[in-house]
Amino acid sequence: MSQRPGGSDDAPENDGGRFDRLPATAADRRVPGRATRAEVLDWWDERFGVPPETFDGHTFWEKGSGKLWAFADDVPSPIDVEGVGMTFLRTRQEHWKPTTTAVKRWGRLATRNVVTLSPGEASAFAAGHDQALPRWDGDWGYLVAAHELAGDPEPIGVGLYVHGELRSVVPKGYQEELPDLSAADAGAARSE
Amino acid sequence: MNPLDRYAPLVDDEAAFRAACERPLPSVVRVNTILGDADRVAAAFDAEGTGYERADWHDGVFRLSGGSPGTTWPYAHGWVHGQEEVSALPALALDPDPGERVLDACAAPGSKTTQLAALMDDRGTLVGNDTNLGRISALRHNAERLGVTDLVVDQQNARNYSLKHLGFDAFDRVLVDAPCSCEGTVRKNPDALETWTLDHVHEIAGVQKGLLRRAVQATRPGGTVVYSTCTFAPEENEAVLDHVLREEDCRVEPWDPPLDARPGVTGWDGETYDPDVERASRVYPHLNDTGGFFVAKLRVGGDAADGADAEVAA
Ligand SMILES: C[S@@+](CC[C@H](N)C(=O)[O-])C[C@H]1O[C@@H](n2cnc3c(N)ncnc32)[C@H](O)[C@@H]1O
Repeated sequence: MSQRPGGSDDAPENDGGRFDRLPATAADRRVPGRATRAEVLDWWDERFGVPPETFDGHTFWEKGSGKLWAFADDVPSPIDVEGVGMTFLRTRQEHWKPTTTAVKRWGRLATRNVVTLSPGEASAFAAGHDQALPRWDGDWGYLVAAHELAGDPEPIGVGLYVHGELRSVVPKGYQEELPDLSAADAGAARSE
Repeated sequence: MNPLDRYAPLVDDEAAFRAACERPLPSVVRVNTILGDADRVAAAFDAEGTGYERADWHDGVFRLSGGSPGTTWPYAHGWVHGQEEVSALPALALDPDPGERVLDACAAPGSKTTQLAALMDDRGTLVGNDTNLGRISALRHNAERLGVTDLVVDQQNARNYSLKHLGFDAFDRVLVDAPCSCEGTVRKNPDALETWTLDHVHEIAGVQKGLLRRAVQATRPGGTVVYSTCTFAPEENEAVLDHVLREEDCRVEPWDPPLDARPGVTGWDGETYDPDVERASRVYPHLNDTGGFFVAKLRVGGDAADGADAEVAA
């Protein structure tokens, strides 16, 4: 966790114990393999159609190898703390992977690679089960898995679509047995 | 000895106070407006058949008829967070604005931190600090689950919190939700009374004084500090305020809580306190059928920084 006095621009490698602001573009990159802000904005746009302006108020940070965080303000870089904003993207691997929390936060803005699940599928997905999904004819790879709830679509988490199957990559800590909404008679189940 | 006996002289209805302390608390959730909306939460609870009652004093507070909210869709989506009703007060008293610099000095596991983030519309710099690493990891988990992005998580002793790494030198607002003897949580956790000792009360009061003093020092003139505990002990509440009013440049602000409350006490156990401590709020369990709580709102800079111009100068 060495704090280099010269700041991140002098740091020749990625230091796992602290947060570094992402360089704006490849021309500003000093640490090999580090994603740039421009690449990250492009990725959300290309993969999910989330407009780059969505993140105008956020700065992007890397901690450890490839884990990116989005923060709603700015602080000096590098910074040695326990967290800066929210984890939102895993980079430094062939297929970048959005976090479940990022998909919950920004997945509503997605216009591409969103699969809307039926009530039964949604419950199975939330519980962490993989399921056959032959009807999907879009891209392979990471998708936003959503369902209808209280009148509107709502993202549940990240799915990985490969070989006709939707794999739930909902982390263990978020997996839950939730009510199957096809059984619920919407409106009739009033509680008061 | 049952520590609740000490407080009988402070409450207006001793029997009701004791009876309320023995009842378990209902399961309550607060709507997380970063991801959810109160009416949509209600509609989703209806659709899945989760029973609830909405609090009359706050649009975003739901009392569930069943147990834990963990197996509901609104919870899975991060639309709600389990938080005791009365524990929503400190963040409302602090009343942060979007874009401000706010410190939650004793933040973990983050019920109030995440509520502050929502009140800030998730914009600005909110620092959630705690000493306990295990609890910090719970704080991080809760903040992620609720989609909070304006949070810096820090691990420092808040009695001498340093802002050096943050690039600014004062906060607009600081919350000190202090470690305490926790008698107010007896309805949730009856063991709180079993481990109670007067020595512990005195020891923790020393820590609380240090925490509150540093909070006042780290706040800009004209800024706001809120001090809260879940204990009834005046040693940990009014006596702490009295000490800090003498040592630091600040004063107690009137604040009208949205729940039924009683004023702070100006004397206890042979000591008298600064009369302004009356402006603090004591919430006893029988008043609103909640846990017990103490909240005080301080304005930093005392009379010198008073007036509307202090607000604007920031
Ligand atoms: C009442 S709890 C905070 C609850 C939290 N505000 C919430 O709403 O979820 C008090 C916290 O203070 C922390 N603490 C104790 N001494 C501290 C110190 N000197 N500096 C910072 N945090 C401290 C404890 O680890 C504990 O998490």
